[in-house]
Amino acid sequence: MSSASVDRHPASQSDFLPHDALRQLQSSRLRDVVRRAYDHVTLYRTRMDQLGVRPDQIRGVEDVARLPLTIKNDLRDTYPFGMFASPMHDVVRLHASSGTTGKPIVAAYTQSDLDVWANTILRSLLSFGFHKGDIVQNAYGYGLFTGGLGIHYGIEALGAAVLPISGGNTDRQIMLMRDFGVTAVCCTPSYFLHILDRAEEIGVDLRELPLRVGCFGAEPWTDAMRRRIEAAADIRAFDIYGLTEIIGPGVAAECSEQNGLHVFEDHFYPEIIDPDTLEPLPDGAEGELVITTLSKQAMPMLRYRTRDITSIHVESCPCGRTIRRIHRVSHRSDDMFIVRGVNVFPSQIETALLGVEGALPHYQILLTRHQDLDHIEVRVEVTPAAFSDRVGVMEELRGKISRAIEHTIGLRTSVRLVEPHTLQRSEGKAKRVVDQRNL
Amino acid sequence: MKLHQLSVFVENRPGHLQAPCQALADAGVNLRTLSLAETEHYGILRLIIQDWQRAKEVLEAAGFVVHLVEVVALEVPDHPGGLADVLRVIENAKINVEYMYAFTEKRDDKAVLVFRFNDPDAALQALEHSAVNVLDNIDF
Repeated sequence: MSSASVDRHPASQSDFLPHDALRQLQSSRLRDVVRRAYDHVTLYRTRMDQLGVRPDQIRGVEDVARLPLTIKNDLRDTYPFGMFASPMHDVVRLHASSGTTGKPIVAAYTQSDLDVWANTILRSLLSFGFHKGDIVQNAYGYGLFTGGLGIHYGIEALGAAVLPISGGNTDRQIMLMRDFGVTAVCCTPSYFLHILDRAEEIGVDLRELPLRVGCFGAEPWTDAMRRRIEAAADIRAFDIYGLTEIIGPGVAAECSEQNGLHVFEDHFYPEIIDPDTLEPLPDGAEGELVITTLSKQAMPMLRYRTRDITSIHVESCPCGRTIRRIHRVSHRSDDMFIVRGVNVFPSQIETALLGVEGALPHYQILLTRHQDLDHIEVRVEVTPAAFSDRVGVMEELRGKISRAIEHTIGLRTSVRLVEPHTLQRSEGKAKRVVDQRNL
Repeated sequence: MKLHQLSVFVENRPGHLQAPCQALADAGVNLRTLSLAETEHYGILRLIIQDWQRAKEVLEAAGFVVHLVEVVALEVPDHPGGLADVLRVIENAKINVEYMYAFTEKRDDKAVLVFRFNDPDAALQALEHSAVNVLDNIDF
């Protein structure tokens, strides 16, 4: 054991389990969850029967790929409570996704599920370097969205002081951040960029505040965005990953290495599959992340297809954690759009945009079709730092952005500069792609 | 003396020019003169305001992107060749005029023009020994 283990928080012990002990724990939990899912959820029983798989044939994690895959539409088809494995009597919390199209995704929790959730958020915050004594501004939206309350109970479990400010009212966020001497912040990366912009507008330099560390997630963001945030606020910025269907945030989190996110795989078992053939892929191969919840009571997920494209690290992490790492999720398979036969991910455009000196972090991609020809417009909000009184300077910036994007994706785009705070957001999450092509 | 010019980013759509003007109006701020540079999708509204510090605060609090730059106001004789004479002094000193616009009022029989030079300090130096009058305030 390394000397660091002496100072290890008790909750983090599960991050460092020896390989065999971890596999045994996972296998034992998997047997239980499969049995519970089969006995209490019609959809799982029907699917397993169709595949000819009985719960007693799943002896351990080596058998996980024998289980049926679950997709988001299964949750919509069984809306609202069809995926529950617990009676409502045992459910103590309900959340729901924003559901921009159709019915929302429902998430249910027993007390034991909430305890697991607080535990994995706590372990995430510990690996970011949060500690007791921190004043933590939680600017994730409180309410049906899993971000606010999920993170909240993790901060309380840590014993730090939580400031449950929720999203919005950016001037008040900045005032309290400064007046209270906030040391850590949790929100979406795009909302934090807004806080940064607004602070600059009103003459507050976040680099001069005690703010030290940030926990950012609920939407994909790039390393270019991380560098920008870290430099502008003089903090360390960490990525947290999760999804409502599995539990909310706290499925995986970065450590001090900032090189991949450790999956809390004692509770959430990760697999990578080929999204086309659905065949499991070995560690190291890129594909779609599939997660099985090993300890969820109210709403177990068997082999849930996240649509997130990533791979599992093969090398062990210098931080000493034995739970496996996934690469940062830079894109979702359903975020990808195809324009004139070219596959484009918003993250490619973000990286190109942030690579331009003086460029602008708030953007939205608008897809339109004129006379059977697809057109990409990238809208970017102008910031005080990039704004000039000279048209020539602004047009030069616009041209640079356009060329950088064309260089990256191989397609010409038109770049439109827009006023600040005008691009659409939902629950603090940036809406990156608006497709008006009616395909 | 140099003047402070505020520039505001506005989208080229109905209502977007009115919004910053309304914000200033609500705060009781009077515009002395202005110019609008336009492109297909956006414009840059440039404002000369006596209390520019307060105007900047008002605009920023309302969420506008504001840029501050120094410009120079010059008296230009209101007769043929008046502007040409002024520009000759500037150009002889190899100073570039980025853009210019006028005050709506005259000062006696002279027009007053706002110049955005690439180098306002060099321009002031070049103008120092010329016949051109540099305004030291906008109270006229």
